Amino acid sequence: MRTLYFFSCLCFLFFSFKTYAVDSPEEMLANPQLEKRAETIGSQLRCLVCQNETIEESSAPLAKDLRQKVREKLVAGDSDEKIMQWMVKRYGNFVRLNPPFNLYTSLLWFIPILSFFGGIILAFGHIRKKTNCTENLSAEEKKHITELLHEPRP
Amino acid sequence: MKDIARRRLIFSLPLITTLGAGTGFYVMLSRLRTGSFDPKEIKTPQISLPYFNLERVSPFPSFNRNELLRQTKPIVINFFASWCVPCLTEMAILNQLSHKIDIWGIAYKENSHAINEFFSRNDNPYKRIAQDTKGDAGIQWGLTGVPESFLVLPKGIIISHIPKPLSERDVETISNTIG
Repeated sequence: MRTLYFFSCLCFLFFSFKTYAVDSPEEMLANPQLEKRAETIGSQLRCLVCQNETIEESSAPLAKDLRQKVREKLVAGDSDEKIMQWMVKRYGNFVRLNPPFNLYTSLLWFIPILSFFGGIILAFGHIRKKTNCTENLSAEEKKHITELLHEPRP
Repeated sequence: MKDIARRRLIFSLPLITTLGAGTGFYVMLSRLRTGSFDPKEIKTPQISLPYFNLERVSPFPSFNRNELLRQTKPIVINFFASWCVPCLTEMAILNQLSHKIDIWGIAYKENSHAINEFFSRNDNPYKRIAQDTKGDAGIQWGLTGVPESFLVLPKGIIISHIPKPLSERDVETISNTIG
């Protein structure tokens, strides 16, 4: 019983349920396939009022207008990509919650790899330096060591 | 000796990093406070005039897209609403700016009655007024809220988008831009 309880709690930890703020069912399209596409597009678009919510989640009036716009365009037969471009043309790449891969964002994607290899190169350099510095001892140093080794213990 | 210098360099790295980051954060935070940096600011990449429809607000002189395209001098387009408090406080700056450049107002999600009431209480800075009842023109312009202003050059070239109430500094920038 206890394990069952534990695992059901785990389920809640790992799965977040999508919540949409579509204010009234009237907003939804009658065609379930189109509605599904509208939700997919909408969940990739940033609400520009409450900036970390998608337009599907937000209750802001502008988000509602944008949701409606997406649905209007879907009904008119536009492709998902075309609708995305339409939004980007008006609101910039900022409106996309999934930033595109381009010159500006490339550093964002490559920094983990760059720093990993940079670290490896640094570490190798360091280890090589360490092993290289075992120079032979001079005669004077050898003599000093034997003296220390053969010193009588107190 | 060389080894000691190297070690010193390595040990000073965290200090240098902290100093660098600290300076960066300090600049960012102080600019946030003065308002010259706003991470939430949305600058939309509008360069050519979008397609939009507006409605007339009697008795004010109205305008549409074609009339804006035909202009031979720069125009400031200002989206406003009577229900928006920052717009109300922006009116003083707009009246000041209206001596330098023509401002055309677009009343966002409004009705004619409320607009008339608004200008019975406030000085009207606008040469022309039209309304965007459903907010569709707003979306076409890349509007995220009211008030927002756009500087439009002849032939409908939008050269700047100010996504917040205009400040004294913006008035200066606009008058410098138009010469």
